[in-house]
Amino acid sequence: MDRIPILRMGNFLLVTIQVDLYDRLALTLEADLVQMVNKTSAKGVLIDISAVSIVDSFMGRIVGNIASMSKILDAETVVVGMQPAVAITLIELGLPLKGVHTALDVEKGMNLLKNMIDVDEDQDQEPEEDDSFAE
Amino acid sequence: MILSLSKDAIQVVKEQDAVFLKNRVREVAIKIKMGLVNQTKLITAASELVRNMLRYGNGGVCLIEVVTRGRDNGIRLTFEDKGPGIADVGLALKDGYSTGKSLGLGLPGAKRLVNEFDIKSKPGEGTTVTILKWANG
Repeated sequence: MDRIPILRMGNFLLVTIQVDLYDRLALTLEADLVQMVNKTSAKGVLIDISAVSIVDSFMGRIVGNIASMSKILDAETVVVGMQPAVAITLIELGLPLKGVHTALDVEKGMNLLKNMIDVDEDQDQEPEEDDSFAE
Repeated sequence: MILSLSKDAIQVVKEQDAVFLKNRVREVAIKIKMGLVNQTKLITAASELVRNMLRYGNGGVCLIEVVTRGRDNGIRLTFEDKGPGIADVGLALKDGYSTGKSLGLGLPGAKRLVNEFDIKSKPGEGTTVTILKWANG
């Protein structure tokens, strides 16, 4: 069976979709990715869809699912490289991909992920400072 | 008056056939010089409809036609299945309605992406959906 490879890079998981997705392939990717997030305790997932020419409602839902599932497992998801025609089509289709972070290219996506994770760690530390003030 | 210039029928019985169908539609769209955005819209609509056909109609046939109305060329796709049909077509065309576990965007979304959309369905006999996208539409 076909599979889309998932690469690990430090705290992040990288997925580059180079083929036209059909439903089962997308579902397999969803399952593989969520399992990988769990196994590697990744903090971020970066999905590159620059080679994907068609994103329909099913694919859009899978991307949304991956983002929500990863979020529950404490990882952020960024989708990068969406083609302009795909963006136009998604909005007309009625799928604004709410809750999914996007960036124009892999580099910007990586920076976004790093920033999001830094902010999270900052927030984790803040409550302690508040406590010390209260005392 | 819309004239049909060429016809091509593709059987769709499994998911991989959908990939082949989308590639075929893209080839034809490039041949009639359809712009990239319109191509993407048409193929996305086709993708929604072919999924419906596979999921609810046990597969079927898709007819790809190049049509013309004088100066404009376009592509007409007809999806025909012999599935259970749709009891309430009006409801099926509403955003967010689904009998499956999907988002309910397939039919209404496909309708928004093309220039002409027609659906005929008889419970127990099957469903036929026709969409048309003009190259410059």
